[in-house]
Amino acid sequence: MELSLWTYEGPPHVGAIRIANSMRGVHLLLHAPQGDSYADLLFTMIERDNHRPPVTYTTFQARDLGSDTAELVLRSIHAAVEKHKPQVLLVGDSCTAELIQDQPGSLASSSGLSVPVVPVEMLAYSRKENWGAGETFYSLVRGLLQNRVPAPGSEAPPRTNEQPSVNLLGPSSLGFRCRDDVREVTQLLNDMGVRVNVCAPLNASPHDLLRLPEADANVCLYPEIAGPACDWLHRNFKQPTIKTVPIGVGATREFVAEVAKTLGIDHTPDSEASRLPWYSRSVDSTYLTGKRVFVFGDATHTVAAARIAHEELAFEVVGMGTYSREQARSVREAAKELGLEALISDDYLEVERVISELQPELVLGTQMERHIAKRLGVPCAVISTPAHVQDYPARYSPQMGYEGANVIFDSWVHPLMMGLEEHLLAMFRDDFEFNDGAQPSHLAAEGVSTRSEAPAVNDASHGEDDTGASAELTWDLNAERELRKIPFFVRGKAKRNTERFAADNGVNVIKVDTLYEAKAHYSR
Amino acid sequence: MTEAVLATDNRAASTAPAITVERGQRAVFCGLTSIVWLHRKIQDAFFLVVGSRTCAHLLQSAAGVMIFAEPRFATAILQDRDLAGMADCHEELDRVVEELLSRRPEIKTLFLVGSCPSEVIKLDLNNAASRLQSRHSGRVRMVAYSGSGIETTFTQGEDKCLTELVESARAPVNGSQKESPALIIAGTLSDIVEDQFQRLFDELGIGPIAFLPARSGDAMPRAGSNTRVLLAQPYLTETAQALRGQGAKVLNAPFPLGAEGSLLWLKAAADEFGVSDERFEEVTAAPLARARQAVGYQREKLRGKRIAFLPDSQLELSLARFLARECDMNVESITTPFHDPQIMASELALFGEHPDMIEGGDLESRLDHVRALRPDLTVCGMGIANPLEAEGLRSKWSIELIFSPIQGFDQAGDLAGLFSRPLARAAQLEV
Repeated sequence: MELSLWTYEGPPHVGAIRIANSMRGVHLLLHAPQGDSYADLLFTMIERDNHRPPVTYTTFQARDLGSDTAELVLRSIHAAVEKHKPQVLLVGDSCTAELIQDQPGSLASSSGLSVPVVPVEMLAYSRKENWGAGETFYSLVRGLLQNRVPAPGSEAPPRTNEQPSVNLLGPSSLGFRCRDDVREVTQLLNDMGVRVNVCAPLNASPHDLLRLPEADANVCLYPEIAGPACDWLHRNFKQPTIKTVPIGVGATREFVAEVAKTLGIDHTPDSEASRLPWYSRSVDSTYLTGKRVFVFGDATHTVAAARIAHEELAFEVVGMGTYSREQARSVREAAKELGLEALISDDYLEVERVISELQPELVLGTQMERHIAKRLGVPCAVISTPAHVQDYPARYSPQMGYEGANVIFDSWVHPLMMGLEEHLLAMFRDDFEFNDGAQPSHLAAEGVSTRSEAPAVNDASHGEDDTGASAELTWDLNAERELRKIPFFVRGKAKRNTERFAADNGVNVIKVDTLYEAKAHYSR
Repeated sequence: MTEAVLATDNRAASTAPAITVERGQRAVFCGLTSIVWLHRKIQDAFFLVVGSRTCAHLLQSAAGVMIFAEPRFATAILQDRDLAGMADCHEELDRVVEELLSRRPEIKTLFLVGSCPSEVIKLDLNNAASRLQSRHSGRVRMVAYSGSGIETTFTQGEDKCLTELVESARAPVNGSQKESPALIIAGTLSDIVEDQFQRLFDELGIGPIAFLPARSGDAMPRAGSNTRVLLAQPYLTETAQALRGQGAKVLNAPFPLGAEGSLLWLKAAADEFGVSDERFEEVTAAPLARARQAVGYQREKLRGKRIAFLPDSQLELSLARFLARECDMNVESITTPFHDPQIMASELALFGEHPDMIEGGDLESRLDHVRALRPDLTVCGMGIANPLEAEGLRSKWSIELIFSPIQGFDQAGDLAGLFSRPLARAAQLEV
């Protein structure tokens, strides 16, 4: 048993629903009790879909358990096929049905249905949502294509279209900005003269999946979802996998180079294609230098964000991690390159503890880190699922490609104080218009509460864990006055650092000198 | 008003409405969801679901996603090794409870909540609760109940919880025999509504009264033979039985939704406690007038509009009665997850003529029915609202009817407003 107060990922069958909901012509028969239908609202409320996900729940009840639940499964299968007329029926069970072992997949396969059946095994008691999505997509691809795998040693069929083409694999329903990433990456490939053969699972039909082998290569856009399918296609259809995920300017350039190399075409990356490099070099961005950031999310977005933060915005990455144990390796490696040890945890309280210890100036995370950051009064941008309704924006806002880099620059920098403004606030902070409550002019009123919750002054609660001694520490009057002269947006940090320094050095009464000794100590 | 009610009483008796039971796919929350409001109400309680990752995900999704720094509910997630018998589930549960209690020393009541998987593997949580109770005696009270979706639908989770609270209140706590209150109001109400009702009962001279659930775990009322019970929520079939089992008398009344519902609900108690008609009118006249006035504004927007109810909270019939009688809406279809004819007797009598009702409901056929009916407004679960909107059908998420204060005189206008807002919005939008 594992005590869970909140979980980053849902159960694996939610991953299966994500795949079904991404596609056209696919219906999922889920052997599950009524409560499991809560999953509908993830799609209709968070992603704001205009249709129910294509799922039929068998809705078994306690009284069915004594009789024949298998009969109920068959009845539901026939009703679902009759009603929704899918091209392919996915069949699986959720956690409770897994325990009663009705084998709905086998039942469906042997029930003489006119539609192809793809059973999915969900392993509800050891796996999670992203694994379930990856496994379902892989099962679909393999289920539809296994009869078409060429005999070992046979030649690949000649390309039917002269234009080189790739498949975009992995974008899915409830993924982070997938809708816009697909458009951006498609445009990027088209500009190179590369055609997108099939994009899947998002907006693909089973017929489209049958055309996957026609492409020259597969782009593994979201490894969490497409990894197993790309590996299988590589083994069986000799399609190479393009593995660079084009998030950030550097990664996008590498992606373009990898595509060109894999397909044997000439292409020079367009160095003017993103505004990020210039914006990052413009003087206003000087204030971004060395901003301490903490990065947490799924593996793909975390690795990408850490690289952008370090190489493209000149932040200092002070911590990074992922909730995905299955994908932890890439995060560990990326962290090691930055001289860090990755935090691999799906316990949000541990993540919160680490964030409050590290005292970053910006948090890049999931919806949960947004809440954590808000509680701690730290600016935050969301970079990964799990996300909330506001992370499925109406406007075009990809993360991938050159426009994605522009979006990232804006959405990470806007929560911070702008350079000139930081300077002016420090200059005028004693004027009556600029009291401690004065807001950065570009931030909405939401910031008011953020600021008032910020651990700026009386924040013994957060300081306690760090210093273990703040209760015994006192500030003498002059030191306290001096502390108030420090701009409010860095005052909390100055206070914590000074108290930690005092505690470490056995100082009980903090004087002005202690403050500046601490400042010198921490200004490495 | 009382005479009008008596008149409808007689008429209803001769025209018993048909209630059809329909089985099939459902899109309704399971009983675990009631933890979302129960944990807000009982402020020193923690709800530990023994279940799967699905249960954890359901709770956080239904709770509107992580609004709490550290919530007072959690899931002990069963894993492969628990199911394969490699780990003793009871030892594991003890370990998880220890971990939880050491982290949350302020918790006074710990609910062990059964789920679909724990029921299917027959994990005995009652046994676990008594074992843990003897270990943590004097510090934490352990209560077990099931909120599983194979046994309970949405609001029935509260019924199971309250039933267990009533049953366990039978034994005197710490040897001190608690006085039984004269009146128990059963069913979670928001604090502001409770306070309003408390003032009204005080003015009527009815008391001492107690609310079930109470705001803290050790204040749960114990019924006695002198106790009268007024149900504030319609989904409390088993709770009512348990209270009757302790000798309490459960009063028959419509539910306190709308001006009329609130009045008759109070009147049932007033009559039982022998409050004079003059006094009753004196106390209720002003709030009743306010309620009628507030509902009146909304009635102008709702009159003649057609409404259908998909199954969700068991409040369907009471809401339909309010909208038909006080807002002049045309109720065209009612499906409710569970219908208790005894609890609903006064409600049905007051409603008078109404459409046939369906208990249970098959999702696809209910949706097809709504599509054919094309009502002006459909009350439905959250997962279905946007799909209906996309089909050009206006909707009202029913979960708001559970989470918002809607009972009593001073909420009657707000309640009507919840239904008029989607219509007003649709009328205003030009794109």
